[in-house]
Amino acid sequence: MRLDQELTCAQVVEIVTAYLEDALGDADRERVEEHLVFCDGCSTYLGQMRETIALTRRLEPEHIPSRLQDELLAAFRGWSPA
Amino acid sequence: MEASTLEERRLVDALRAGDESAFMQLVQEYSPGMLRVARMFVSSRAVAEDVVQDAWVGVLNGIDRFEGRSSLKTWIYRILTNTAKTRAVREGRSIPFSALAGEDEEGAVDADRFLGDDSRFPGHWAAPPQRWEPERRLLSAEALAVIEREIEKLPPNQAIVVTMRDVEGFDAEDVRNALDISETNQRVLLHRARSKVRRALEEYLA
Repeated sequence: MRLDQELTCAQVVEIVTAYLEDALGDADRERVEEHLVFCDGCSTYLGQMRETIALTRRLEPEHIPSRLQDELLAAFRGWSPA
Repeated sequence: MEASTLEERRLVDALRAGDESAFMQLVQEYSPGMLRVARMFVSSRAVAEDVVQDAWVGVLNGIDRFEGRSSLKTWIYRILTNTAKTRAVREGRSIPFSALAGEDEEGAVDADRFLGDDSRFPGHWAAPPQRWEPERRLLSAEALAVIEREIEKLPPNQAIVVTMRDVEGFDAEDVRNALDISETNQRVLLHRARSKVRRALEEYLA
């Protein structure tokens, strides 16, 4: 991805994932970082994306019904290793 | 992508030898996440449970071919996603993973949050995001429910990618391999999904 010299905030919010994924080239990553130095709005936005990711990680595991576990156990008992 | 660990290899050996407790240990560890991912592919929870069950049978039948080049978890999830894809197709729900195929997607942030071309700084924030106060509602169970509901509303391809990456914690390469998608598609789908989840949290916290 190759961006114009000066980034706008509207561009930053669209490349924030590429930035977090470390998928930008050196020059573009530097442009994002320069922008973040003077732009409170985009710094806040980046922080919110990080918070969103951290919160999503905390979703509770799905409950596995005991019926399904019983069926899997039965399937295992019916399976013979080669 | 991580190669399998010693602990995993011990479990695989036990499984190959027919050790029931090794199998049930794996089932309990991975099934909750598998069910969550399967749920994004198919129409109902009941069908998702079927998919998880079929995937485990696939794991047993294929365990002799597991070579440990990827982690066991990655390998199991590859079987899961293939099983789920097949089932989704049978249900008449084919899920396109080509993120770039002419979808009519809005931006990560509403266009009216930015200054227009007639301003001195076009494309810069007109209504910048407000800082979230972490100690308050953000840490509540309600905030998690907001995230969960938003993920359920996403197109399935985005829901699957964000679930695998951000809920289950897989890295980008694992997800690309499991879903057979390009690096760019993985990233675009993740970006759209995360942007919408952030936006939902912003609305909830406003």
